[in-house]
Amino acid sequence: MEKKNFTVSVYTENNIGLLSRIAAIFQRRHINIESITASRSEVNGVMRFIIVVQITEEQVKKIVGQIEKQIEVIKAFYHTDDEMIYQETALYKINSAEFVEDLNIQDFIKESNARIVTVTPKFFVIEKTGKRHETDNLYEKLKPYGLMQFVRSGTIAVTKNEMQISNILEQFDTTN
Amino acid sequence: MEVKTASFEKTASPKATTVSGAEAVIKCLLEEGVDTLYGYPGGAIMPVYDELYKYQKQIHHVLTRHEQGATHAAQGYARVSGKVGVAIATSGPGATNLVTGIADAQIDSTPMVCITGQVGSHLLGSDAFQETDIIGISTPITKWNYQITKAEEIPEVLAKAFFIARSGRPGPVLIDITKDAQFQSLDFSYKKCSGIRSYKPIPQIDLKEIERAAEAINNAKKPMIVFGQGVILGGAEELFKQVVEKSGVPAAWTILGLSAMPTDHPLNVGMVGMHGNYGPNVLTNECDVLIAIGMRFDDRVTGNLEKYAKQAKVIHFEIDPAEINKNVYADIPVLGNVNETLKVLLELLKPNKHETWHQKFKDHYKIEFDKIIKNDLNAERGKIGMAEVIDEINTCSNGDAVIVSDVGQHQMVTCRYSKFNQTRSNVTSGGLGTMGFALPAAIGAKMGAPKRDVVAVIGDGGYQMTIQELGTIFQTKVPVKIVVLNNDFLGMVRQWQQLFFEKRYASTEMINPDFITIAKGYHIKAKQVSERANLKDAVKEMMDSKEAYFLEVKVEQEENVFPMVPTGASVSDIRLE
Repeated sequence: MEKKNFTVSVYTENNIGLLSRIAAIFQRRHINIESITASRSEVNGVMRFIIVVQITEEQVKKIVGQIEKQIEVIKAFYHTDDEMIYQETALYKINSAEFVEDLNIQDFIKESNARIVTVTPKFFVIEKTGKRHETDNLYEKLKPYGLMQFVRSGTIAVTKNEMQISNILEQFDTTN
Repeated sequence: MEVKTASFEKTASPKATTVSGAEAVIKCLLEEGVDTLYGYPGGAIMPVYDELYKYQKQIHHVLTRHEQGATHAAQGYARVSGKVGVAIATSGPGATNLVTGIADAQIDSTPMVCITGQVGSHLLGSDAFQETDIIGISTPITKWNYQITKAEEIPEVLAKAFFIARSGRPGPVLIDITKDAQFQSLDFSYKKCSGIRSYKPIPQIDLKEIERAAEAINNAKKPMIVFGQGVILGGAEELFKQVVEKSGVPAAWTILGLSAMPTDHPLNVGMVGMHGNYGPNVLTNECDVLIAIGMRFDDRVTGNLEKYAKQAKVIHFEIDPAEINKNVYADIPVLGNVNETLKVLLELLKPNKHETWHQKFKDHYKIEFDKIIKNDLNAERGKIGMAEVIDEINTCSNGDAVIVSDVGQHQMVTCRYSKFNQTRSNVTSGGLGTMGFALPAAIGAKMGAPKRDVVAVIGDGGYQMTIQELGTIFQTKVPVKIVVLNNDFLGMVRQWQQLFFEKRYASTEMINPDFITIAKGYHIKAKQVSERANLKDAVKEMMDSKEAYFLEVKVEQEENVFPMVPTGASVSDIRLE
């Protein structure tokens, strides 16, 4: 079976140690995590992990089963790229001298819909939010000017379909 | 706003009393019906031990000689009694010594709660004396774990620990309690946990799938059941027997399913897997419907998955959704506790006998009997064989003893030849294959089933991995019977070296001590037997003993266990020699 990009979404309780419990499930199967983010979700007190992996569908199905088996995991899903709306954010720090001397840079920023976050006499910081290839493109363009620092967030994503987490939790509240 | 993530039973113990965290731990254990626990004291758990001293009339703490022994004893206790086993240890090395037993309980779905002391919360992360990150270490091998840093958390967390350990597919839970939390005081009241919102112990039953399963079974010409420990864990033994008898389907067991059905039941066709019986292995690849009940298609059961039951429609009765399609694709997955799903199935089954098909199992048994079993049981020359010893134990026990086996050749022989009339009688380390399991597990098994005879059958290698637990037997006077089948080899590894590594016996020969002297050092009655003529009397003397008894049997040194499915081979390519 062919390896593909899958986004694993995990809704969990907000408890210490869950990150390593979930990460261990990938590690144990020798699967590299492309990116991972964790944040609060739309439901009060519930965390959402977004984990991107490149594996086969058979693997991701089993992984999701193992994740969902964890006591403090409320629900886990996997989705392909076309089932999600997803974005990444990248920050590029560049020497101010370069910026002033080379007008190309200003064009790059405009063309790529990036944004200048901070300007100081010594450096300025550009922010770009978009798909991976977009932040990569800007990286390639800015690289010749000597990037002082570069950093990119993990993918964050929402699904096109409804997630129904509140329903699952409500069910518990009414039966207990 | 505080989010309610778990529910607790309404009936609290009468009124809250102010106690220390340490005392609260004991009170929680008593509320959960714990009467015996196994452990080893040390700095970070001393406040709890101080309370164990005060509560010693209500709760029996068994001092093992190593924390690993405490976990295996708790497992043995849990496996025979169906209750949650409890082990307790200090921080650092005390906690890390629990790891093997926890991993064993995880893979064999044994309900266990481990309590560890931890350094004071102000010292966490400071590399303090005997500090180790046992939460981090135990995460991948526990069903759940939690670190308590405040005394007030103790009742709810322990209530959840017991609920999680015993519900659904059981497993081990580790609770780490900082020393300051043990000293702090709290207003204690206890409510048992009744639900956790993120945890669904038993999946929703889908009646349609059960109907499909019944239809497939009713229409099958050559159906075969493979049952595992799920039947025992679900308390569904009687129901399962009715299903087998009504449907007339031959039933084979995994190593952990053993004793869920009497061994001499006419429809019990023996063990599947690497050293299982010939018939069920070969016929796995001939049956038209394979009905898996409470088992997880371990690689030792399936052999080469590419060539496993490909011709059969697979029905999988299973409580854990993650097991469905994990190793073997289930045409009909039936989720749920087997004690509920089999009840529905039973009603839908049509009575059948499958006599011609069953005859096939008998024919294969005959082949295995002539080639292997006859010789195993009735050797007339050479040294004593392992199976002969098990046969003598059967003669004395009439199939009513609990048999605890360690890991290796003797384990395969013990499981192949032991006779069982009752459930929860076979205690062995199945998934993890933990050498050193049997001696401490037998201690726990005897305490969990005090009225039954408990016989530990151990190899000379595994025996020496936890031999120090003879001290626990001596101190507690727990009357377990210990049989060491001594071939002065790590027999199973040696067998593989003989078959697959051209007899290069790398580090498998054991120069053993005088086991009789060691047993006598612990004031345990001991005898060695090496002549076939003396075996019967020696086993009888052990079985008749009211006290703990150690019997060393010098067995054939280079005996091999057959049948055997070599690694990578199909179950139907099982070798008889």
